[in-house]
Amino acid sequence: MKTEVNLCGIKMKNPVTVASGTFGYGREYDEYIDLNKLGGIITKGTSLKLRPGNKPPRICEVPGGMLNSIGLQNPGVEYFAEKDLPWLRKFDTKIIVNACGSTIEEYVELCKILNTLDIDGVELNLSCPNVKAGCLAFGTSYEGVKEVTSQVRKVLTDKPLIVKLTPNVTDITAPAKGAEDAGADGVSGINTLLGMKIDIDKRRPVLANNTGGYSGPGIRAVGVRAVYQMAQAVNIPVLGMGGIMNGDDAIEYMLAGATAVSIGAGNFVDPETSIKTIEGIENYMKKHNIDDINSIIGTVQMN
Amino acid sequence: MGVKVNCELVKKEVVAEGIYKFTVKAPAIASKAKAGQFLEIKVSKTGAPFLRRPISIYNICKEEGLVEFIFQVKGEGTKLLAEENVGAEIDIMGPLGNGSFDISDYKKVAIIGGGIGTYPLHELAKELNEKSDVTVYMGFRNKDLVTLEDEFAKVSNRLVITTDDGSYKEKGFAINFLKEDCKKEKPDMIYACGPLPMLKAVREFALEENIPCQVSLEERMGCGIGACLGCAIKIISGEEPRFGHVCKDGPVFNAKDVEI
Ligand SMILES: Cc1cc2nc3c(=O)[nH]c(=O)nc-3n(C[C@H](O)[C@H](O)[C@H](O)COP(=O)(O)OP(=O)(O)OC[C@H]3O[C@@H](n4cnc5c(N)ncnc54)[C@H](O)[C@@H]3O)c2cc1C
Ligand SMILES: Cc1cc2nc3c(=O)[nH]c(=O)nc-3n(C[C@H](O)[C@H](O)[C@H](O)COP(=O)(O)O)c2cc1C
Ligand code: FES
Repeated sequence: MKTEVNLCGIKMKNPVTVASGTFGYGREYDEYIDLNKLGGIITKGTSLKLRPGNKPPRICEVPGGMLNSIGLQNPGVEYFAEKDLPWLRKFDTKIIVNACGSTIEEYVELCKILNTLDIDGVELNLSCPNVKAGCLAFGTSYEGVKEVTSQVRKVLTDKPLIVKLTPNVTDITAPAKGAEDAGADGVSGINTLLGMKIDIDKRRPVLANNTGGYSGPGIRAVGVRAVYQMAQAVNIPVLGMGGIMNGDDAIEYMLAGATAVSIGAGNFVDPETSIKTIEGIENYMKKHNIDDINSIIGTVQMN
Repeated sequence: MGVKVNCELVKKEVVAEGIYKFTVKAPAIASKAKAGQFLEIKVSKTGAPFLRRPISIYNICKEEGLVEFIFQVKGEGTKLLAEENVGAEIDIMGPLGNGSFDISDYKKVAIIGGGIGTYPLHELAKELNEKSDVTVYMGFRNKDLVTLEDEFAKVSNRLVITTDDGSYKEKGFAINFLKEDCKKEKPDMIYACGPLPMLKAVREFALEENIPCQVSLEERMGCGIGACLGCAIKIISGEEPRFGHVCKDGPVFNAKDVEI
C-alpha cells in the first residue's frame, strides 16, 4: 500500500500534516505522539520580527468548533531558526514554515531568510483574519495575491512555495489563480472563517479582538467546497484543510482534489487526531482495495 | 510532562448542589502531579461541545494512583461531565501546567480562596500542613455555597470561613480577615485562587506589604499544553510586558509577575 504523496516537490510519507498555529513548533505534542509518523509539520505563523499577539480572551467555543484571535504571536524567524528548527530537524518529517507579514517588504525580507534555512517548504499566509495589516489585505483578490506572491517568488528560489488562502471571499478561484500565475508551487486552504460570538449578559463580544477565525468540524463543508473549486481552477497541487477530525474527513478532501491535508483544531480535542487520521486513511485504502493513495486524488464524480 | 489516559471514575460525590467531586484511577497522572496543576477533560463523546475542559487537581493519592477533582456545573460541558457514573471511562490529559505552587519550608503561610477557587488549594494545604503553620481563609457568597469545611479543617492549623452576607461564620470578605491577621504577624507566603476581584485585591495587598504571593489563574483554553497560544496572560516581570500562557507558564504565577 502506497501512502506517499508529492506535494509540489515535498515528498511526504503520507498526506497528513498538522495545520499552522495549532501545533506550535511541535515541542508540546512531542510528549503525546510520535512526530516521525507525520507527513509534515506546518509551523505556527512566523514573521520577520517577534509579534506579541492580541489581548485575551483569544479563544471561545462555538457550535462545531471554536473562534480564535491569537494575532500571530510568535518569536520571529531568527529565534525559530536558532532554537526550534534544529530541534524539529531531528524528526523524520517534512518541515513547512508558515510565513506572515504586514507589508510586501516584510514578506520578502522574511522569505529571503527562509530561502537559506534547512526547511522543506514555505506556506505563505495571505489569509489570517486576526491582524490589522497585511495578510487578508493582500489575500482576497487575484491582483493582491499575484503581487505578493511574485515578489516573494523572486527571493524564494530554492523552496517550494504554497500560498494559503482565505474562504472569506466571493470566489476563491480568483486568488488561487493569482498564486498560480505568480509562480506558486501549490495553494492551501482553507484558513479560518471570520466569526463573532456575543456574551448576551455583558452585551459584548467574548473575544477581546471582537471577531475571530472559526475552525473545527463546522467549517468542513466550506473547506471541501473551496478545495474542490481550487483544484478545478489551477494546475498546481492543493493542500486541503478545515475541520478534519479523522481519516474519513481527510479522504473527503482528497476526493475533492487535495494532494495532502492538514489537521488544525482537531489536535486540541485529541492530541492523537493526526495519527488516527493516518490510520483511518490506511483503513479506507484496505477497505476499498486502493494500492496507491494518489489514485483517489480529485476523483469525486459530480452529480 | 503530561499524559493522555482513559481513567476509570471510581467515586462520584455531590459536594453541594451542582458541585461534584470525582475520584479517578490515574496512576500515570497521580505519580507526577503537583499541587496547582490541572487536567484537560474530554466531556463529550459526540464532539459537541468541542473543546476539553480545564479542571484543577483537588487531591492526589500517589500510593493508590488516584486523582480527585471538584467542579461546578456551569454550562453544557460540565453538565455532560456530571452525568458520568461510577465505572465510566473518562479521557483526561494531565498533569498540566509548569507553574505549580511553591512548597518550600515556610514557617507560616496563608492560603486564601474564594468560591470554587478554593478547590485547587486543597492539595497545596495538605502538603504545606506537614511542615508549615497553615491558615486557610475561604470566602463564599452565602451559607448555601459553603463547601468542604471539614476537608480544609483537616489540612490547616486554622480555618477562617467568611460569607459576604454573614449567613455563616464570619461576615465580610475573606481578604479583610487576612489583612487583620497580617497586622499581628505576616506570613512568609500568601497563596490565592478565586474570582478576579479577590485575586486583584490579594495581589495589591501582598505587593504593598511586601509579602511573597502566588496566584492561580484561569483563561479560556484551546490545547491546554502551550501549542495554540490561546490562554494569554500579560507578564510584567521582564523589561517589557509580554504575553505568557496560563496553561504552560502557569496556572500558578508569582503575583508580582502578572497583570490581573
Ligand atoms: C486552569 C483552570 C482550572 C480550573 N479549575 C476548575 C476547578 O477545579 N473546578 C471548577 O469547577 N472549574 C474550574 N475551572 C473552570 C472550568 O474550566 C469552567 O467552569 C468550565 O470549562 C466551564 O465549561 P462549561 O462547558 O460547563 O461552560 P461553558 O460556559 O458552556 O463553556 C464554554 C467555553 O468556555 C470555557 N470556559 C468557561 N468558563 C471558563 C473559565 N472560568 N475558565 C476557563 N474557561 C472557561 C469552557 O472551557 C468552554 O470552552 C478551571 C479553569 C481553568 C482555566
Ligand atoms: C489557534 C489557531 C491558530 C492558528 N494560527 C494560524 C497561523 O498562524 N497561520 C495560518 O496560516 N493559519 C492559522 N490557523 C488556521 C489553521 O491553520 C487552519 O487553516 C484552520 O484552523 C482550519 O483548519 P481546522 O478546522 O482543522 O482547524 C490557526 C488556527 C487556530 C485554531
Ligand atoms: S491553551 Fe493552548 S496555549 Fe494555553
